[in-house]
Amino acid sequence: MSNDKDISELGLTSSLRFMWRQLTSMRTALSLLLILGVASIPGSLIPQRPQNPMKVSDYFKSDPTLALWMDRLSLFDVYGSPWFSAIYILLFISLIGCVLPRTFEHFKASRALPPITPKHLEKMEFFSTWQGTGTEFDAAQSFFRKRHFRVRENEGTLSAEKGYLRETGNLLFHLALILVLIGVSLGALFGMKGEAIVNVGERFTNTPTTYDSLTYGKLFSDSSLPPFTLTMTNFKAEYDPLTNAPKDYSLWVDAISQPGDAPVKHLIKVNSPLSFGSTNVYLQANGYSPIVTVRDKAGAVVFQGPVPFLPQDGNLTSAGAIKVPDSTPQLGFVASFLPTASRDKIRGGISSFPEALDPALLLSAWTGDLGLDRGVPQSVYRIDTSKMARIGLKTLKLGETYSFAQGSITFDGFVPWVNLQIVRDPGKLFALFGAILAILGLLASLFTRRRRIWIRVSGDGLVEVAGLAKNGAPGLEIEMAAFVDELKKVNQ
Amino acid sequence: MTHSSWAYLSNYLIYSAMAVYTLAFFSHAYETAWAVRAPQSEEMPGTLLTKTFDFTRTEKMARIATAFMILGFLLLFAGVVARGISAGRAPWGNMYEFSITGALAFCGAYLGALRKYDLRWLGLIVSIAVLLTLGTAITVLYRPSAPLVPALKSTWLVIHVSAAIMSGGVFLLANVIAAAYLYLDSMESRGERTAWAKRLPSLEVLDQLSYRLVAFVFPLWTFAVIAGAIWAEHAWGRYWGWDPKETWAFITWVAYAAYLHARVTVGWRGRKAAWLCLLAGSTFLFNYVYVNVWGTGKHTYSGL
Ligand code: HEM
Repeated sequence: MSNDKDISELGLTSSLRFMWRQLTSMRTALSLLLILGVASIPGSLIPQRPQNPMKVSDYFKSDPTLALWMDRLSLFDVYGSPWFSAIYILLFISLIGCVLPRTFEHFKASRALPPITPKHLEKMEFFSTWQGTGTEFDAAQSFFRKRHFRVRENEGTLSAEKGYLRETGNLLFHLALILVLIGVSLGALFGMKGEAIVNVGERFTNTPTTYDSLTYGKLFSDSSLPPFTLTMTNFKAEYDPLTNAPKDYSLWVDAISQPGDAPVKHLIKVNSPLSFGSTNVYLQANGYSPIVTVRDKAGAVVFQGPVPFLPQDGNLTSAGAIKVPDSTPQLGFVASFLPTASRDKIRGGISSFPEALDPALLLSAWTGDLGLDRGVPQSVYRIDTSKMARIGLKTLKLGETYSFAQGSITFDGFVPWVNLQIVRDPGKLFALFGAILAILGLLASLFTRRRRIWIRVSGDGLVEVAGLAKNGAPGLEIEMAAFVDELKKVNQ
Repeated sequence: MTHSSWAYLSNYLIYSAMAVYTLAFFSHAYETAWAVRAPQSEEMPGTLLTKTFDFTRTEKMARIATAFMILGFLLLFAGVVARGISAGRAPWGNMYEFSITGALAFCGAYLGALRKYDLRWLGLIVSIAVLLTLGTAITVLYRPSAPLVPALKSTWLVIHVSAAIMSGGVFLLANVIAAAYLYLDSMESRGERTAWAKRLPSLEVLDQLSYRLVAFVFPLWTFAVIAGAIWAEHAWGRYWGWDPKETWAFITWVAYAAYLHARVTVGWRGRKAAWLCLLAGSTFLFNYVYVNVWGTGKHTYSGL
């Protein structure tokens, strides 16, 4: 390299300038893009915490030391890792530094004329020469005008060029990529994403505390949560009787966008969310909440209501926990809800169809200390039975009651629940717009042929023509043939 | 006609297409084999001189082979359409359906390119590839015709998947041609081309052709990825989430962008470019096979 002159000899500013030039060279930008591509591979092969926390904890169980090291290298969250971010931030800077100056140059050059005709046309491609009749020069001018070439006339020569759209399209493409990156960053900084499980019949109010999980960008503020309220009025799931696969889910809600507004009915489906500005409400998953009533020895109600259970398979065999901390002693039920009860030799009680055709509730009742006051957060779907004693097992059909020494539990019914995903992404329209511009730019740059054609007519009437196809653009030979034909036709 | 009779018709058409591709395969094999001329030596009767190929002798067979390719394409097309009618939706709900449509796209790309270039020498490989794909589809991947799962119910299914499958067909054709380039290149570096290979175009033509195919579909592939992102926004609440399928679509995109750049701005030609083309194409195949069959994530609609 010629820049190998000891960098330390140069001052601080010039070495910074040197680094800037390196960073914004096209080669660096492309290398960074390639590195970004390669860096995204591990995340597609190793389970990622944001998408698949269960599988990640399996890694920790089977080989804790390896998993710990992988975790230190952010291999369980590649796309949120410092090194991944570093690559795309560098790429972003590099693209801007590289493309903006080129855009200004191209803009300045947009009125410029093609360079002067070279002296030695015979050295160029598609060269041909013949003794003309004196009409060729005008014929060439009208040929170029008809085909919208840019033409420069100089001392008996014409230099014509076409295909500037290629560079325009190319720059548009790269600028559009920057717009996409801006959209992505806006979404990451000002966006939010949360989930909530809501029983059908209940109401969801859009405040941070009603979410089961909520993550948001660094610059997001609670006041950007639109103050809507949704009441789940009805939910319908249809299944294919042959394959048991779901066919259609529909969720009807009554939506109040502002406190004080009248409720409006809406239908939410998997591919059609409900929007409040840049916030969308998606129907993400669904399941069942069995409704139970638990009574103590004296017959007083100590717990009543629907409890969401988690689906375990495609037929919605669902598992969950009913915790009754207010009875003395405390009661807990480890339970399965089977929408269509049947038995499997290996797995025991399972559901054979996702619709609730013959529901059953399988209970394992426990008494003792639920461990809720120990300050350790517990899953609502599981019970820590280490300080409890088992009372017994029971399968209940709708309306049946299981009575035991400490009280009783009645299986009153069930409601479906829906998992709402609520997402705010204020950058997505920028990203979309950028993506559309990127395609337009690509089309213009890939399918525009840039080429030059020259003609020189000497004083004695000798005609010389030649052409140049930039980037090996195809098809110039045909155009040159047409050009020469046109010039000779005028002769006759 | 009932839904199940459309499904039967579809299977029947796919089997017929396979039969016709088998015929195409044998006609191409015949066309190549019977073009061999092995003249006898005049001084020593009974000894054979070096083989030569005379493809004018089998021109008629070559035309028949192409006719079979076209017929197979039409049958396959009808089979895909009948499958769609039987299920009452676009025929892209599981991996069986992706595969038969992918074979259709690949064959379509071949026939499309055949209009401009004499690619009949590729017919043998194309017919084998289509037969293998259809064979795997109908034996391993087959699933009865059924309605779509809710997440696939969208117009974007038609837009995104058709763009992706068409791009795939053309990428694969570009790959086959790049592979042919590498094969011929290594043959030429050892000396002259063997007789049958003289029929194949020059290295420059192959090089240009695989570049043109990639340049032609790269915008379509970009569009397929963007359409996928728009759809993901509708169905899953985010337009990009580094799901394995999305990640590998991005990797394929980067690899082909690198290929185009390497050619246009760095001036790569020939062997290096062909290897890069193969690499990019294999990321596409990897995405199809790995993510559909073994992968996790939201994008697994293979039905396996
Ligand atoms: C510093 C940044 C970059 C510069 C200066 C740059 C410049 C160029 C140039 C000069 C061309 C060829 C246009 C022509 O002469 O016909 C081109 C084409 C292209 N660039 Fe870039 N590039 C940069 C980064 C990128 C990045 C990051 C991507 C991908 C994300 C990319 C994707 C493409 C594609 C797909 C083409 C089309 C190839 C073709 O014209 O045949 N470039 N770019």
